Amino acid sequence: MNKLKLATVWLDGCSGCHMSLLDLDERLIELAQLVDVVYSPLVDVKVFPDMVDIALVEGAVASVDDEAKIRKVRAHSRTLVAMGDCAVAGNVPSMRNPIGPEAILNRAYIENATIQAQIPCVVVPKLLKTVRPIHELVEVDVFLPGCPPSADTFHAALMALVTGGPLDIPTLTRFGA
Amino acid sequence: MPQTITIDPVTRLEGHGKITIQLNGQGEVEDAHFHVTQVRGFERFSEGRPFYEMPSLMARICGICPVSHLIASAKACEAIMSVRIPHTAAQLRRMLNLAQMVQSHALSFFYLSSPDLLLGLDSDPGSRHIFGVVAAKPDLGRAGVALRRFGQHIIELLGNKRIHPGWVVPGGVTEPLAPAKRDEILAMMPEAYHGIKLALAAYKQIADAFRPEIAVFANFQSNYLGLVNEDGSVEFTDGSLRFIDSAGNVIEDGITANRFAEVIGEAVEPYTFTKFAYYKPLGYPEGSYRVGPLARLNIATSMGTPLADAELAEFKQLASGPVQSSFYYHHARLIDILYGIEKIEQILTDPLILDKHVRASAGVNRLEGAGQAEAPRGTLHHHYKVDENGLITWANLVIATGQNNNAMNKGVLQAARHYVKDGKFTEGILNRVEAVVRTFDPCLSCSTHAFGQMPLALTLLNANREVVDTVVRN
Repeated sequence: MNKLKLATVWLDGCSGCHMSLLDLDERLIELAQLVDVVYSPLVDVKVFPDMVDIALVEGAVASVDDEAKIRKVRAHSRTLVAMGDCAVAGNVPSMRNPIGPEAILNRAYIENATIQAQIPCVVVPKLLKTVRPIHELVEVDVFLPGCPPSADTFHAALMALVTGGPLDIPTLTRFGA
Repeated sequence: MPQTITIDPVTRLEGHGKITIQLNGQGEVEDAHFHVTQVRGFERFSEGRPFYEMPSLMARICGICPVSHLIASAKACEAIMSVRIPHTAAQLRRMLNLAQMVQSHALSFFYLSSPDLLLGLDSDPGSRHIFGVVAAKPDLGRAGVALRRFGQHIIELLGNKRIHPGWVVPGGVTEPLAPAKRDEILAMMPEAYHGIKLALAAYKQIADAFRPEIAVFANFQSNYLGLVNEDGSVEFTDGSLRFIDSAGNVIEDGITANRFAEVIGEAVEPYTFTKFAYYKPLGYPEGSYRVGPLARLNIATSMGTPLADAELAEFKQLASGPVQSSFYYHHARLIDILYGIEKIEQILTDPLILDKHVRASAGVNRLEGAGQAEAPRGTLHHHYKVDENGLITWANLVIATGQNNNAMNKGVLQAARHYVKDGKFTEGILNRVEAVVRTFDPCLSCSTHAFGQMPLALTLLNANREVVDTVVRN
């Protein structure tokens, strides 16, 4: 049997969802018998593959890089999962929306700098005016809320996606869980 | 023709980073940079929020070391409240912070770096990951998974949640430790000791084979900063900061959180969203320094637990003064883990550990407060100002990755200069450049609290900053 291809992607988030996924502990080793992790911060693949079966996306869309990345992930994924509250609804990253990126950058790099105050602009990406949940940019197949979703939630959801079984998300998790 | 090599993204890092290497017309490395490409704005959008919300909000900076943010933030709030938290609350927080250090170090050593150390820097990138380690070295791979689980499970037992627990609050913690939970943690000790002893033995067996990397992985003299107790022993949660120079001389001692901003400044460089911390009396960049496991072991005179003290004595034999190669962060990280396990066991024998008084209460008694703690990857500092109603009017954070930023950039340059010759390089060479960054265990979530996100890409530019080559590895 061909193993399913799994990707995990990190946009503007805290990595807590990825950490919660690692909280599968020994079940992660069992999961690796069922799926190949083909793209992730945990593996050394630098380019998103042509097509993956399941993409778990953590974080909101905050920069032009994030936007390019989520569009690419969508185009090359059969099932796209919005993983955690930032991906689902914007959550903490979107708290900057009423303030705007200029004020955020000014505080960090001008007002709170001791010397060489300047806004970084070389190689680093431009921030979007507003931080947005991923479903505002691309179609999302599965919404998995939680800050972060628990390891048990990940286990149940991934098993359902891998085996094609039923997936009743409200019984597993909720916003802020 | 001048060129730039870009590694994008840098993988097996906690976040997204990019490396660029600039080559001149002769194919020699002119310069190299590590770019952090995410910014989020916690320092600004926390304005106007009640100070007692800060710990649980600030924990969302980082899913890897949320506990360190919880603790540094709660301590800053307690400075505003002008309270001393109960002894038992301080001990429980110390245990929570150590549990997090163990799990985060297990993540860094086993999940992120052991593929390089155990499978080889030139091994097949397709299987150079934790699953490859579990397949090739099942005992060690599973020991790593178990050590991370040990730390995470203690956090869950104490805080009712593995990631972003709400248990740490200004004034202490929300509930005392139940006897059954204490017993459950004590029952987990033998497996944890077994795992870390296995890892230390394995590391010592392979370390010699990495002599060439040890020589060029950010191997240079620098200053160091870290928390110590009054007796000079290592500390993660209380104590005060000590700053030493590259010869090991104590330059400044007893730096409390409220004095941090007097002695530590932050510079901005145009190519990264992470700032560069420096010791103000020495200026920038001369006052740059390293923090984290290597710094802590170079600074501390003892660990204060028997097994870790024996390991520290052996570690100090590696050099006549401070140990300078960042490769040794890996070794120091394992000694930290051993100390954490021993110290958690010690704390659980405190006769007051089950005491019910775990929270002090007070309102706003000062309009400014700062708190500091050791995150797994180094010193973390939170500094807040509030109005009379306790609403935040200003915040600044100085995180470990910013304090290691200068050393990471110098280290990337040192390795690139050594390995990239005549403009030629292999996948294994680029992996070595990335592995330099991995030794520091930078947390890109933390370092981007102000702005952003970071994947690692390698771009080769010429001396005129024109892109010569962009290397994307697959």
